[in-house]
Amino acid sequence: MLGYLAKRLGYYVVMLLVAVGLSYALASTSLNPRANFEGRSPRPSPASVTRQLDDLGVNPDTPLADRFGTWVGHLAHGNLGQTINNTPVTDEFKNRVLISLRLLVVGTILGTVCGILLGAWTATRQYKFSDRAAAGLSFLVMSIPTFVLALFATIFATGLNTWTGHQIINFTGQSTPGLSGGFFTHLGDSLVHLILPTLTIGLMLIASYSRYQRNTMLDVLGSDYLRTARAKGLPYRKALFKHGLRTALIPMSTFFAYGFLGLLTGATFTELIFGWHGMGEWLVNSINQNDVNSVVAYSLFAAVMVLIAGFLSDILHAALDPRVRHA
Amino acid sequence: MTAAPEAVLADQESGAAAGPGPAGRGRVILRRFLSNKGSVVGAIVVVLLFLLAFLGPVISKYSYTEVDFSALREAPSAQHWFGTDRIGHDEFALVVRGLQKSLLIGLLVAFFSTVLASIVGACAGYFGGWADRVSMFFVDLLLTLPSFLIIAIMSPLFKNSSWLIFVVLLAVFGWMITARVVRSMTLSLKNQEFVRAAKFMGVHPMRIIVRHILPNVASFLIIDATVAVGGAVIAEASLSYFGFGVQPPDVSLGTLISDGTSAATTYPWLFWFSAVMLVVFVLAVNLMGDGLRDALDPTSDRVSRKQRRIAARQAAERRAKAANGATTTPNTTAGSPA
Amino acid sequence: MTTAATIPSPGAAAGGSGPLLSVRDLNVHFRGPHGLVPAVRGVSFDLNRGEVLGIVGESGSGKSVTSLASMGLLPPSAVVEGDVQLDGQQMVGATDGRLSRIRGDKVAMVFQDPLSAFTPVYRIGDQIIEAIRIHRDVDKATARKRAVELLDLVGIPNPDVRVDSFPHEFSGGMRQRAMIAMAIANDPDVILADEPTTALDVTIQAQVLEVLKTAQRETGAAMVLVSHDLGVIAGTADRVAVMYAGRMVETGTVDEVFSRPRMPYTLGLIGAVPRVDEATEDGTAVQRRPLVPIPGSPPAMHELPDGCPFALRCPMAEAACRTAEPPLARVRGGSEGHAVACRRAPEIVERDLGPTDIYPLPEIGESEVAEVPREQRDSVLRVTDLAKTFPLLKGSVFKRRVGSVYAVDGVELDIRRGETLGLVGESGSGKSTTLFEILDLAKPESGVIELMGKDTTKMSKAELKQLRADMQIVFQDPMASLDPRMPVSEIIAEPMRALGRPKEEVRAAIPRLLKQVGLNPEHAERFPHQFSGGQRQRIGVARALSVDPQLVVLDEPVSALDVSIQAGVLNLLQQLKADLGLAYLFVSHDLSVIRHIADRVSVMYLGRTVEAGDVDTVFENPRHPYTRALLSAVPIPDPERERARRRILLPGDPPSPTQKQTGCRFRGRCPVFLALDEAGQRRCAEEVPALDTHGPDHVAACHFPDARPAEELVVEG
Repeated sequence: MLGYLAKRLGYYVVMLLVAVGLSYALASTSLNPRANFEGRSPRPSPASVTRQLDDLGVNPDTPLADRFGTWVGHLAHGNLGQTINNTPVTDEFKNRVLISLRLLVVGTILGTVCGILLGAWTATRQYKFSDRAAAGLSFLVMSIPTFVLALFATIFATGLNTWTGHQIINFTGQSTPGLSGGFFTHLGDSLVHLILPTLTIGLMLIASYSRYQRNTMLDVLGSDYLRTARAKGLPYRKALFKHGLRTALIPMSTFFAYGFLGLLTGATFTELIFGWHGMGEWLVNSINQNDVNSVVAYSLFAAVMVLIAGFLSDILHAALDPRVRHA
Repeated sequence: MTAAPEAVLADQESGAAAGPGPAGRGRVILRRFLSNKGSVVGAIVVVLLFLLAFLGPVISKYSYTEVDFSALREAPSAQHWFGTDRIGHDEFALVVRGLQKSLLIGLLVAFFSTVLASIVGACAGYFGGWADRVSMFFVDLLLTLPSFLIIAIMSPLFKNSSWLIFVVLLAVFGWMITARVVRSMTLSLKNQEFVRAAKFMGVHPMRIIVRHILPNVASFLIIDATVAVGGAVIAEASLSYFGFGVQPPDVSLGTLISDGTSAATTYPWLFWFSAVMLVVFVLAVNLMGDGLRDALDPTSDRVSRKQRRIAARQAAERRAKAANGATTTPNTTAGSPA
Repeated sequence: MTTAATIPSPGAAAGGSGPLLSVRDLNVHFRGPHGLVPAVRGVSFDLNRGEVLGIVGESGSGKSVTSLASMGLLPPSAVVEGDVQLDGQQMVGATDGRLSRIRGDKVAMVFQDPLSAFTPVYRIGDQIIEAIRIHRDVDKATARKRAVELLDLVGIPNPDVRVDSFPHEFSGGMRQRAMIAMAIANDPDVILADEPTTALDVTIQAQVLEVLKTAQRETGAAMVLVSHDLGVIAGTADRVAVMYAGRMVETGTVDEVFSRPRMPYTLGLIGAVPRVDEATEDGTAVQRRPLVPIPGSPPAMHELPDGCPFALRCPMAEAACRTAEPPLARVRGGSEGHAVACRRAPEIVERDLGPTDIYPLPEIGESEVAEVPREQRDSVLRVTDLAKTFPLLKGSVFKRRVGSVYAVDGVELDIRRGETLGLVGESGSGKSTTLFEILDLAKPESGVIELMGKDTTKMSKAELKQLRADMQIVFQDPMASLDPRMPVSEIIAEPMRALGRPKEEVRAAIPRLLKQVGLNPEHAERFPHQFSGGQRQRIGVARALSVDPQLVVLDEPVSALDVSIQAGVLNLLQQLKADLGLAYLFVSHDLSVIRHIADRVSVMYLGRTVEAGDVDTVFENPRHPYTRALLSAVPIPDPERERARRRILLPGDPPSPTQKQTGCRFRGRCPVFLALDEAGQRRCAEEVPALDTHGPDHVAACHFPDARPAEELVVEG
């Protein structure tokens, strides 16, 4: 089993390197950092622009391979280069990554757990009202693009705040700027700010996970082993949960990997709508500023997250399925 | 709904047989589709929206570029059905134009990505070996980076080009999961005896793919392409919303929603018409896809248990993909364990 | 709970009066697209303590539904009516909670497919422990001890270790044993076994049937054995019930029903089964008579005709048969239990009609080729010392070779014009690999394949293309081998098109081919799903014949068909062979079919030919211990003969083909090897036995063809 996981890990590392190289090449060829300097006033001299580009390692006149080589050399020392504003990319990265992870982790856990429970429950109530209602709602949520869902949420919150005349739900940014108070005031404030974005991500995940869990569960309903479990005297519900749900979780582990990329994209959009100073905002700003190094840093972040999700799903799969574990 | 009744015939001499003829399958599918209320409503809504998108400009009193200086940010009225925006554009003209663009993009992207996916998937699955490994490595690679990221990075390149480039990009980064599913279906078809039989008869491999493999994954492809239209529209709108997609002066639902967001509470018509149009279209397409899935589902035919299991697994993957498409960008996922 | 109190303990129940399980007028319908579709119609039977009732019938006859219904295990779409009393307790309509207390305790079930019947994520032992602890208040350690004992009882080696295995680590036979162990864990009063050996190889089937008998003996339970295999029923059951279209159409003691069947359907079934002991009646005389074909196929359950459902296929049907369904009535002159649902039964009794008296037998001639002595006929296929290894790969992305699968290693085949060679072997014996090696027409890894007398490796592309036409294949599964999206005319045309035959020729050939295989040429534009299983297999045959081959490879062509349909297809194959002078390579796991259809036979074990020769010689006088065991394991649909037989049980499962074998590869399971002295055993371990000649057309690869098998592996009856 460990050998299997080690091999998967090796594959992911190769994938990561190629993906980062690819995004470096893309960003370097499609973004035009020179434009950013030339757009400044007073307009710097061409020589000084070239010098600054060289310093950043993003001069389009340097062969791509050389630029990439330098970048990789820096990376080996844990250095992701400088932003277009000449601050270390690593610092910016550190400031923002936790903000994004907060949303991703909380949203994933909430969405996965609730989604699986809802899916398993509706499977046992197939064709009853609660099943149909859950199906209809999931369908609606899945048809709303994340950014629109987030917008709906902000409009709803604004309406609620105006109607009650209180700032019940704060949703702009990840916390209230200049808030005075102790640790718990800040914690409470952060939590309030977390509500809407988490809800947006969570709803999206619950909708898709519950549908999938319901389907895998229904596939299991007609299985021979469930019949065996009942034939030896387990009552229907007990057999369903002990033998059915446990086995139906196996495909969920694969689905987790499949779903993560969508989640990552959705979380990025959600952050942007709610004005969080996270990785998503950084990406958009960096593209608009032609900041090659920052864009590559974001790509690195995205690729690492996706591959961690893939690896987690491998581990989950191996843990859930003895046929993989003993292969 | 009905499996074709197995002909009750003498094995020795065949008498009159029951069951629908070649045209019968189409009729059965249509009947199944029509018996699903949701899918019928979805199909009607889709048709109406298409009519609106392409006939709307004809019946509209204004063109989407026209500016009415006498009416700035006016609420919907007999003159301006959906009201006007900040500089006097007729919102109805904008919305139908945006809808038209979004629908066109959605259709084209779904078509091209499905074609690409079926070619790559079928070849990878059928030929196996290096063709398979190289294409699957490529799929994994493209799945490691979110497609919205790649397209956003490349957006400066097509700032001044036609929106068709955008279509190409969305298609090129949106075929991977479908290809994966087609590949796994091909792998199981390849071991089916009728494909083996063709192989042993000396039928050319490309002919086997075209005559045996693709027709047997066709129902999946149809369903997938339908759902992909919705996914592509979502992807287009999301990217355009953040300025990485359709560029002004052209409009799409995404850019319209983006323009209307800040005024959503004060001038609601600027936000809600485009937003609701987008959600209604995607919902209708998804409902239609769901109805098609039930109508085309091979499990409702007379099949063996094993095929049923394969079909169930494929349906699950399909759903995974559909769910995914709806979470924002279409067809994006992580490199799944092999 | 009063219900709990009324359940007597297993011991106390003995000696109770009345039948243990009593089913009265059981009706089951399924809700479906055609409305309520009947599956079981008015079935009644009694099961007494310690008795074995066999329920026999073809697919869709309602036999499995009957057993599931009596346990309340049908899906919610089923509507069950009637009366099922288990030891006085009503099972129909009882709550799930109440049934759960009975299931697994008083009545237990053994299912058909042992692969999917265990939950894949839990250990075998834990699943047995769970079965015990649901009904018995014992701690985990005690239950585990009991689970180990049970596994030991059913013959799982090293039960204390294997108790912790997962289902996928067991072979099919072992899983089925474990399933039986789980079923008898709580000493049930009734065991319901639903096709318990259908998915298993014949030697494993013999083991499992033996275990089932042991289990029944140990627990004193009564058993309902559901099977489509008349032989299995004949060897195991005391009484038998024959089902057709959801009804019981004949019932009685096995001896009576098998020796004096009175329902035309039962008569047809018995006449349709090929028998492995076919020629033994008086030397070789009865051999090669055609099988009794029952015309048509069973009616669709959603459109049952009025009157007797069998009337459509029955040669004795008269007008009255089509108006009212006859009740199950006692056979005049028969014993008390013998009942039959047929209007014409009195006449059948009176005239004592047999299968061939009722069903007209087709005349099948002999081909001209058959008159030429074998030595003078041209060779169609000759395979010498064929070997094929597959790499054993590990890793998901960067695959690397960690070993080899020795799929085929030393296969010899020889087919002359106009003859049928039967290729026999159990799963994993390398039959399929051999076929695909031959069909691929590629250079074999080692050995020589000669087709029409020419070495396949020494031919040009054009010659190979021509050879494709000379050799065609018919597959096992008639549904899977026809592209569901193509009309029949396209399917049949495909080999001709691949060879570039002109369009007009192709178009003209289709009606002729359809007629040749007994199908209506007007149905050429229909799709495969519009035909029944037997008809689909005929389409497969027509496709193979379209390019006038000399050799047709038949890969298990009848194993997916019901007995009554199988007979028609086998007769057709015989007919075509006689008309066209075809040669067949007929692959089958079913020795009875081989005995019936083949001229010569070749037996494979673990990738190697172990015995070959004239079919009568080999079956009458097998020289290899494996062939002997194989033949003795085949159940014969004749209760009297079954009881008198001595069976050689092979221990264990075939070894993994990933090990390169030294010496004789059968010795691990060989009943003769066990009884040999040390020197003999050493010889088997070190020296690979060659195919020695034992007669004019008989070779076998055994060092000790005359030695006797170890006595402990021989069982009676």
